[in-house]
Amino acid sequence: MIRNLRFRKRDSVSMARRILTPVIFVLLAFVFCGFLLAAVGSNPLAVYARMMKTVCSYSGLTRSIEAGIPLMLTGLAVSFGYRMNLNNIGADGQYALGSLFCIGFALYGPVMPAPLKILCMFLVSMLGGALAALIAAFPKAKWGVNETILTMMLNYIFLYVMDFLMYGPWKERNQMVAQTRAIREKYWLPDLGSSGINSVLLVVIAIAVLLYFFHTRTTWGFEMEVIRQSPRAAQYAGMSVAKATLLVLCASGAIAGLAGFAQVAGIIHRVQANLPNGAGYTGIVIAFLAGLNPLVVLLVGFLFGALQISAVAVQLIGVPSQVATMIQGTIMLFVVAGEFFNRYELVGRKK
Amino acid sequence: MSTTLLISIISTAVVYAATVLYAAVGEIFSQRAGIMNLGLEGIMLMGAVSGYMVAVYRQNLVLAMLVVILVGAALGLVFSFLTVTMQADQTVSGMAMLTFGTGLSGFLGKGVSGVNANLAFEPIAIPVLSRIPVLGPSLFDQNILVYLMYLIIPLSMIYLYKTRAGMILRALGENPAALDSAGYNVFALRYAYVTFGSIMTAVSGAVVSLAYTNFWSDGMTSGKGWIAVALVVFSAWNPLTATFGALLFGAISIIGIDVQTVFPQVPSQVFSALPYVATIIALIFTTGNFRGRRSAAPAALTIPYDREKR
Amino acid sequence: MKKEMDPVLQMKHITKTFGSVTANRDVDLSVYSGEIHALLGENGAGKSTLMNILTGIYRPDGGEIWYKGQKRDIHSPKDAVALGIGMVHQHFRLIPTLTVAENVYLYSGKKSFFLNRDKMEKEIRECSGQYNLQVTPEAYVWQLSVGEQQRVEIIKLLHQGAEVLILDEPSAVLTPQEAQSMFDTLRKMADSGKAVIVISHKMNEVMKNADRITVLKNGRVEDTMPASEADVERLTRGIVGVRTLPEQEREQNSEPEPGQRPVQDPEQEAQRESVQGGQQTSPAAAEGAAQGQKSVCGEEVFFMEAVSAKNDRGLPALKQITLSVRAGEIFGIAGVAGNGQRELSEVIAGLRPLTEGKILLSGKDLSKASMKQHIQEGIAFIPEDRLQTGLVPGMSFTENIILKSYESDRCSRRGILQKQNMRDDAEAYAGQFDIRHGGLDLPVGLMSGGNQQKLLFAREVSGDPRLIVAAYPVRGLDIGAAESIRKILRQQSRRGAAVVFISEELEEIFAMCDRVGVLCDGELMGIRAIEETDFQEIGRMMSGEREETK
Repeated sequence: MIRNLRFRKRDSVSMARRILTPVIFVLLAFVFCGFLLAAVGSNPLAVYARMMKTVCSYSGLTRSIEAGIPLMLTGLAVSFGYRMNLNNIGADGQYALGSLFCIGFALYGPVMPAPLKILCMFLVSMLGGALAALIAAFPKAKWGVNETILTMMLNYIFLYVMDFLMYGPWKERNQMVAQTRAIREKYWLPDLGSSGINSVLLVVIAIAVLLYFFHTRTTWGFEMEVIRQSPRAAQYAGMSVAKATLLVLCASGAIAGLAGFAQVAGIIHRVQANLPNGAGYTGIVIAFLAGLNPLVVLLVGFLFGALQISAVAVQLIGVPSQVATMIQGTIMLFVVAGEFFNRYELVGRKK
Repeated sequence: MSTTLLISIISTAVVYAATVLYAAVGEIFSQRAGIMNLGLEGIMLMGAVSGYMVAVYRQNLVLAMLVVILVGAALGLVFSFLTVTMQADQTVSGMAMLTFGTGLSGFLGKGVSGVNANLAFEPIAIPVLSRIPVLGPSLFDQNILVYLMYLIIPLSMIYLYKTRAGMILRALGENPAALDSAGYNVFALRYAYVTFGSIMTAVSGAVVSLAYTNFWSDGMTSGKGWIAVALVVFSAWNPLTATFGALLFGAISIIGIDVQTVFPQVPSQVFSALPYVATIIALIFTTGNFRGRRSAAPAALTIPYDREKR
Repeated sequence: MKKEMDPVLQMKHITKTFGSVTANRDVDLSVYSGEIHALLGENGAGKSTLMNILTGIYRPDGGEIWYKGQKRDIHSPKDAVALGIGMVHQHFRLIPTLTVAENVYLYSGKKSFFLNRDKMEKEIRECSGQYNLQVTPEAYVWQLSVGEQQRVEIIKLLHQGAEVLILDEPSAVLTPQEAQSMFDTLRKMADSGKAVIVISHKMNEVMKNADRITVLKNGRVEDTMPASEADVERLTRGIVGVRTLPEQEREQNSEPEPGQRPVQDPEQEAQRESVQGGQQTSPAAAEGAAQGQKSVCGEEVFFMEAVSAKNDRGLPALKQITLSVRAGEIFGIAGVAGNGQRELSEVIAGLRPLTEGKILLSGKDLSKASMKQHIQEGIAFIPEDRLQTGLVPGMSFTENIILKSYESDRCSRRGILQKQNMRDDAEAYAGQFDIRHGGLDLPVGLMSGGNQQKLLFAREVSGDPRLIVAAYPVRGLDIGAAESIRKILRQQSRRGAAVVFISEELEEIFAMCDRVGVLCDGELMGIRAIEETDFQEIGRMMSGEREETK
């Protein structure tokens, strides 16, 4: 019976299936994690219930968005790179350098009118992220050096830079915590009315919409798509793959750097040691789950923000907060496996 | 430079090399088979945590290594299932292994984080050999995992270049279709080598937690899995060359710590970052495609084998 | 051929589908020991699929395989090897980083743990001596010529004890002379009792060398006959079906161009060619594009002097090539595939940098110009691997149409794509060039090869290019599509474009071109006006004989 079944490549994938398959496999991932939770002696149902409860409240919602904003940005950064088959796993480091540039400018830069200052902070954080990516982008574009390893190694380097500044010259005096002092209140981005949600969310949404427009409607988006699908055809059509590689990786870094801006100008108003806290890696999972679609990245980023704050909450009932990373990893693993069922279908062998 | 300093540099370099070499050799075999596993860091963490947990709770190193091997095999089978059977994108699957291993190891290891196992692979001095000046104490007063590494390097070279199975492995990553038509089971071979690579990587992790730093903390392998991947690329898929690279990194990381005592005014982070800077520079110089150089990468690396592809 | 014997191999009612495409439908095939059996048909007729089923690469959806009187299930190549069925694929299955001996031993069953190189090499020498197959066992495969690699493939089969040898288009990569010696070897093997199956689409070669011929069309067996009963008419009918023949004749009558004649005998062909040499200019002259004399079509458009270039592996691929092409001229490049044609086409088109020499287009130096500049200067390029280089298979018809013009004013305004204009253009091209695309938004990878090539041509000739480089433009196309492609090329040349036409089919080159240059091992062996040369001379040049250029 089993021998008569086999997989056949699908000719096309329906929209419903494209959405449904990942959702089913995400649920399966939660089931799998439930077993792991049970294995270490927790009641998975109780844990999941607690997590749901944490998220399903107004403050849960706002905190999820807050936690989700940097994740949305790293998710956008990773998916932008992957749109040209560039595997930027250095979003953590780019985020770090972006936040350092931003706080450095905010604290030690010239005094100027608030809107101008905020605009400059926005730009320098992008610059920081782009520079962090450039160190990997240049050898990749020029000599074809593997960008995955390069961006990964740079993560460690920039986190050490951050470490040095947070424990050293930029450390807030008379404080136990390794962090800078807060920026002046007039440079803070306002909340949206009394919602408790910071207006930096609008910036993130605007960027996602812009990126969506960029991919679908512009010549540069077209160029990226050609290069992604066939670098040879791109060369043949007169496109410069090296130049595009350089620009796209740097732009990806710039987007990740904006996560630093979001934190400094919008959320915590300062920089702490190990601020990225793995957001770059979570960004990989988000980008992949969102199918590299910038608008979907926003939604998935929000969900992962919710996952993170609920993981903090379940610490109170004795579950390690690492449960969030574990669930993320499991989700990614399951969804990668689930992809197969989008490409293949099970059919009976015709006799 | 004093003799003791020299001894300490060499011996630390050798232990450091062991922490990345198991993984690097395993990955060389896996990539020679045509499958690139970028999730080494995650697998290494799983190896490190599982070994350390057994050491803490059972106080038995043999059992610890058995568990490490089992964990490595299980993760290897998962990865081969994704990349060989499901033909998933290898980069994405590697990222999945990375996040999964990092997350799960952190979750499982919470209980032993900061706990002292009071148990580790202790150095065993080899009679006679260990009395050779300088080289003796630095090379032959090591723990058993390092000695095992001394064996694995030549064995892997012989396997690759002198045996029939090694010949098949070299062909596997170049042209799986040819092997298939020769009647070899490409899928089974890839499963075997990917799983072998994963076991070796898990052992690498155990070297870190049970012989090198002797503790567990979240994300403790701190990029060693990636350094192993880098070693594979710039050794041109050759275990012997990878060994020299690993020793070089080991020396760089330990020299940093030693130099730091001489220059206390330089921030410690500079020295901590040295191995990563060295990896970047080495990677650029050895794998950069300068004027007309040909990559030594297996031709079918990262390409899933699909028999019915037309 | 021994009719009284039972066939060593029988395939009965074989059916195989890929997705919605039926590659084989109810195919029957019988093969006898001691015969050379040819499988004839166009590309895509299902020949390779049938043989891949026989060798266990594909599993049939239905049907039976009988071998030596027993029904067999061949689940994997391993099963086929065990039975004694082996195949030399069109793309060799050799591993370049292993030696010849290692490649052979991958396939044969001595399961010792360590490699015994001396013994391996000795055995291979013995085997190669028996059938006169010259090889060097210790050489690495990447060092070998294509012909040598083919011999290694054959030795592989013999060494593993194959009784049935299948060769997929074995002459495609050989010079005429090499091909003949290869068939002599095959005859030797048949005489020693083996069954040899040769896949081919060349009628002449099959009639000359095979014992029996089976013709496949659209996945079905059209006809099976002894070679002695075969003639061109019967084979053609089998290969292309009756339907397309009248159309061909009609075109031949209404438009007496050299390219239309069905070619049978090379020698006769060459003679006719020279007789009709003067006729060739008539269409061009009629349109006033040419200046009367045949060899002088117009002013020199393209000129390359002492150009060298490297291949993808960094080895020299082109050596000191000098040639020029005039407006309205079709310049043919003949040669066995893999002798630098690919590199030459890419160098001319601007896709590959030169290591030395210079290139002029209408007097303008393009030696260091980028691909983009080449495109802007009006160089159109039909690359050899159209689906990988010339098109993006996963992108839509419309997107492929604008692949080179996406930055033009019509397609984009300040970086924003003008989708309506793009669609209008795509629609217009589809109509003008009669391209069946099945939907402007569908990926072109789903279109047939002929329509893909028409799309490629539509885009490339749309800007009235000054120079067109076409590498193997009709390879793998059905006859109808091939004819429309040739027509486009002729129209372009009449319009005044200079055309570089690369092909491995001498018949085609003699039918299409005004002059021909022959490439061998990256060198240009000589240039001939078509009416002053013949197949023999070009064949000798293809195999590396340099002759005085007149």
